[in-house]
Amino acid sequence: MRDRDHAKPAIVVEELRKNYGRNKGAKAALDGLDLTVGYGTVHAVLGPNGAGKTTLVRILTTLLRHDGGRAEVAGCDVLGQPDEVRRRIGLLGQHAAVDEELSGRQNLEMFGRLFHLGARRAGERAEELLARFGLADTGRKAVGKYSGGMRRRLDLAAALVLAPRILFLDEPTTGLDPRGRTEVWQAVRSLVDGGTTVLLTTQYLEEADQLADRISMVDGGRVVAEGTADELKSATGGDRLDVVLRDAAQLGAAAGMLGFLPAVVAAGGAVAVAADERRLSAPVADRMAALTEVVRVLDGAGIEAADIAVRRPTLDEVFLHLTGPEGRKDADTVAADEEGAAV
Amino acid sequence: MTGVMWAVTDSWTMTRRGLAHWARRPGQVVVGLVFPVMMLVMFAYFLGGGMAVPGGGDYKEYLLPGMFALTMAFGLESTMVAVTQDLGKGVIDRFRSMPMASSAVLVGRSVLDMLQSALSLLVMIGAGLAMGWRWHGGTGQALGAVGLLLLLRFAMLWIGIYLGLVAGRPEMVQAAQILVWPVGFLSNAFVWAGSMPGWLGAVAEWNPLSATAGAVRELFGNPPVTGGSWASGHAGMLAVVWPVLLLAVFFPLAVRRYGRMGR
Ligand SMILES: Nc1ncnc2c1ncn2[C@@H]1O[C@H](COP(=O)(O)OP(=O)(O)OP(=O)(O)O)[C@@H](O)[C@H]1O
Ligand SMILES: [Mg+2]
Repeated sequence: MRDRDHAKPAIVVEELRKNYGRNKGAKAALDGLDLTVGYGTVHAVLGPNGAGKTTLVRILTTLLRHDGGRAEVAGCDVLGQPDEVRRRIGLLGQHAAVDEELSGRQNLEMFGRLFHLGARRAGERAEELLARFGLADTGRKAVGKYSGGMRRRLDLAAALVLAPRILFLDEPTTGLDPRGRTEVWQAVRSLVDGGTTVLLTTQYLEEADQLADRISMVDGGRVVAEGTADELKSATGGDRLDVVLRDAAQLGAAAGMLGFLPAVVAAGGAVAVAADERRLSAPVADRMAALTEVVRVLDGAGIEAADIAVRRPTLDEVFLHLTGPEGRKDADTVAADEEGAAV
Repeated sequence: MTGVMWAVTDSWTMTRRGLAHWARRPGQVVVGLVFPVMMLVMFAYFLGGGMAVPGGGDYKEYLLPGMFALTMAFGLESTMVAVTQDLGKGVIDRFRSMPMASSAVLVGRSVLDMLQSALSLLVMIGAGLAMGWRWHGGTGQALGAVGLLLLLRFAMLWIGIYLGLVAGRPEMVQAAQILVWPVGFLSNAFVWAGSMPGWLGAVAEWNPLSATAGAVRELFGNPPVTGGSWASGHAGMLAVVWPVLLLAVFFPLAVRRYGRMGR
C-alpha cells in the first residue's frame, strides 16, 4: 500500500474550482488553483484574507465538495474515495475542532476510539499526546475553559492521534503568542523529520519562510507564484540595494545619483524613497558592482551614509509585487496582524 | 471487523460522548426529567378539574396515556435543538474528516435521546402512579404500551434529526415549533376527538400521536373513548404502522443528508 501511495505525489490539485454562491455571477473562492506537494515536504500556501486557503484545505480534507477540477490526496480522489483520504490525513482547521464540553483527555480518547485504536490504546495515546503538548496536568477541566494557546495545542494533538501521513494545518499559529508560535513550529519540524508531509496555510510570510520547502502564493483563488522562498525572492528583480542616510535633506540628491548607477540602471533604475526612515532602496543587477559604485558616488558628493547593504527582497516585497494594488491593501493588513501577534 | 461492527462501535463512542456531556451538566438532565412531570400535574389538576370523560371515569385515567404520548412526540423538538447545536460545533468538522462511520454521529444522538426518553417515561409513570393513575391490564400489556411509546419517540427522533440537519441553525427551531405544537394538540391527547368540530376531529383521529395514545390507553386498560372511526378502531395497528412508516422515510433521508453536508 505504501509503495503504491508513493508512486504519486502526496497532494495533486489541478484546475480546482469552488463557487459558494449558486449563481454563476458570484466570485469564485477557488478559480483554477494548481498545486503539487511531494511526500516528506512542507508546502506553504500563502495568501491574504479571502484568498481561498481555508476553502482549499476543506476540499482536500473531504469537508467540502469542489465544483470543478481535480484533487487527489495520497493518490486517492477526494470525491471518489473520501474514506481512503480520511485514513491518511490529519487536520488542524482554522477554527478549533474539539469538543469544548469535554476535557482534553476525553477528547483525545474519543478520537482514538473513533480511529479504532481500542479503548486501552486510545487511553495510552491520549496520555502520550497530552504529555507531548504540555497538557498533561489539565485534569478534568473542560476545553472550553482552556486558553487559546492550550486549545490550539490540543487541536494539533487531536490531528496527530493516528500519526497521519499527510497533515493539513490551516493557519496553525494565528492568534498565538511568539512562544506558542515557536512551539507549534518546533512540533511541525519534528513531524517533518519523522517523514510527515505537511500542507500549511498562513498569512505570515515569516512562517512560510521558516517552515516551508516550497511556497504557493495564492490570491483571488489562484496561485500567483510558486517556488522555494529563494526562487520567489529572485523572481522579483533579484537583489536590492538599501542605503540609509544620516541627513534626510540629502535624500533627493542621493536618489538622483542612485538612479544613474550602472548596476541600478541595468535592473530598471527605479529608486524607492522611505523618507521617515531616511532610506533609499533600488533593485540592482550585480551586487558587488552596486556596492562599490554607491560608495564611490556618495563619497564623491560628500553624502554620509549610516548604512549600506545589498540584500534579497523579503517575501513581503515579492507578495506586493505579485498581487498588485488590490492585493497590496490586504497584504498591509497581514503585516499589521503580524505585528499585533508578535507584541 | 466488518463495516457494520465499526458503525456500532463508533455509534457507541458517540453515545459515550453524550453521556459525558450529561455528567458535566446533571442539572440540565434533571430539569429535562422534571419538566414533563410539571406539565402532567398542571394538566391533571388545573385543567383536568373541569373535564368530564364520556361514559364516566377519572379524567386522569384518560389524560396520562395521552401525556405520555405527547411527551414522546414533543421529543422531536429537543432532538432537533440538540442536532442544530451539535452541527454548529467545530468538532463535527473533525468527525467528518475522520474515517469513522458516517451514521455514527446521528445514531449516537438517537441512542442518547432514547435513553433520555426511557428515563423520562419511567419518571412520568412513577409520577402518574403517585397521582393515583393505575394500569389495569397485565405487566406484559403495560410493557407493550411502553414499547409503543418509545417507538413513537424513535420515529419522532429521526424526523427531528432530519429537520435539524435541514434547518442547520438553532434559530430555525422555532419554525419547527410552529409545526409540532398544532400537531401535538390536534390529537386525542387531552380531549377525545368527538368533542372537536367534524373535520378537525377526523384529522385528530388520524394523527400518529392519537394512534399511539389510543393504543396505549387500551393496553393500560384506561378508558379509550374512541370516536367510532376506522382510525380509532385500529389504533393498535396504526401505532405500529405510523412510526415504522415515518422511520422508513426519515432515517435514510437523515443519514443521506448528513453524509452530504458541505458536499
Ligand atoms: N461558507 C461560505 N459561504 C460563502 N462564501 C464563503 C464561505 N466560505 C468562504 N467564502 C468566501 O470564499 C472566499 C475564500 O474564503 P476562504 O475562507 O477560503 O479564504 P482564506 O484564504 O481562508 O481567508 P482567511 O485568511 O481570512 O482565513 C472568500 O471570498 C469568502 O468570502
Ligand atoms: Mg482561512
